[in-house]
Amino acid sequence: MTAVPSRVELIGLRKRFGRREVLRGVDLTIEAGRITAIVGPNAAGKTTLIKAILGLVRRGPGDGAIVMDGSRLNGECAYRERIGYMPQAAQFPEYLTGREVLDLLMGLRNRPPPPGLDEELLDEFRLRETLDQPVRTLSGGTRQKLNAVVAFLFRPSLLILDEPTAGLDPVAAGILKDKVLRAPSEGATVVLTSHLMAEVEELAQDLVFLLDGAVAWRGTVAGLLEQSGEPRLERAIARLLREAGR
Amino acid sequence: MNMAVKVLVSQLRNVARNRWIIGYAVLLFAVTELLLRFGGGGERALLSLLNVVLLLLPLVSVVFGVIYVHNSREFIELLLAQPVGRGALYGGLFGGLVLTLTSGFVLGVGVPLLLQGGGSPGYLSQGALLVLAGVLLTIVFTAFGLAVAVRFDDRVRALGAALGVWLLCALVYDGIILLVTTLFADYPLEAPLLVMTFLNPVDLARVALLLSFDISALMGYTGAVYERFFGAGGLALALAMLLVCAAVPFGAGWRWFKRKDF
Repeated sequence: MTAVPSRVELIGLRKRFGRREVLRGVDLTIEAGRITAIVGPNAAGKTTLIKAILGLVRRGPGDGAIVMDGSRLNGECAYRERIGYMPQAAQFPEYLTGREVLDLLMGLRNRPPPPGLDEELLDEFRLRETLDQPVRTLSGGTRQKLNAVVAFLFRPSLLILDEPTAGLDPVAAGILKDKVLRAPSEGATVVLTSHLMAEVEELAQDLVFLLDGAVAWRGTVAGLLEQSGEPRLERAIARLLREAGR
Repeated sequence: MNMAVKVLVSQLRNVARNRWIIGYAVLLFAVTELLLRFGGGGERALLSLLNVVLLLLPLVSVVFGVIYVHNSREFIELLLAQPVGRGALYGGLFGGLVLTLTSGFVLGVGVPLLLQGGGSPGYLSQGALLVLAGVLLTIVFTAFGLAVAVRFDDRVRALGAALGVWLLCALVYDGIILLVTTLFADYPLEAPLLVMTFLNPVDLARVALLLSFDISALMGYTGAVYERFFGAGGLALALAMLLVCAAVPFGAGWRWFKRKDF
């Protein structure tokens, strides 16, 4: 819970759902203090990869390893204290208020982070007045804002954001993106997925291109643009896809 | 364990404000009140109430459990991304649901029972036993509901399975018992029937209650067998067995939940 960003290593990560092999041996290092975007076509395994890091998806003995900050994740849950997760669709218990949700999440951690909770987004989104309303009365966008607040609240050293700006209005999306860009200097490594290439270009330094459950390309966003000779990331990614024969 | 309690408390808050639960308590209250007022007083009213409890409680518990877990799916994922063990989370969910459903039932049925006061001498103890059996049934069928919801991701299938469990326990099982008794009428069936009754929570609750109502002669073969075997001691045994009936689906759901890919 210090201000040291996490480093995550995936070693030969595999996952199959029944017969379908979703991840086929992903080797990947997510460098500390950087913003890494995971992109790829639908069903490439992005969400499964994220869920594997979070422990939402179970791994068997032959399914590879995940090492976070030097220790192997082995099914214990304590490491998740260092993770802030913003799922794609926010859904909270309907009859609880925002404050009760935050209280519950705080209760599940042993202690608040040393400099106190990070409530910046709460103020920037102007959520404080809505915190006492039942979640069911909040609009989808407001819930998504609450979702973002939750991810940053505990000053995690690893932030996992699944389509972070989906459902947010441009102003809120801008606030969130600024917050994400500040995250490395505030002590967090960021992993995000997005299918908006403009957003990836704006936010990410590193890029992982997943295709059919394996890493098809990885490097820096700038490096990919240079290598492909395309002006925009969207085109560069499309070229990667073409080259892969898709 | 601490974590489980925190999850449980927040679930309690959430479910207790749910209008279905409030409606459930009000409905039970109205039914109980009506039966007690116009159902012929004392034991007869309790008997009618017994049938309501035996049919309605399992249905509400199992269906509500399934729907609740399915509706909370995304939030469960969010909670699992926090430093919480899966076991604690499952325990908290189960506890929260059981406590709210139980309170709805106890308030809805217990309060009018107490208000109406005694007709016959055994009224209060019989009423208390009815409430206890209802609580145990709620625990059993909530456990079934959770297990089914964890096992089936598809809403329709999960609801189908939940209704299947309820139909089996509340109706079909008795049909099977009837079939067995007629098919094997020439054989001594006491022991197998006893075992069969023990395996179905609804039958168990029914037998336990009817034994205490002292009208087991009216309830046919199963009850007669029970009366002969257990006398008064059967009651405690049946109630204990109900807890075992809850432990089985709870254990299964717990295992599935721990291994599940979200």
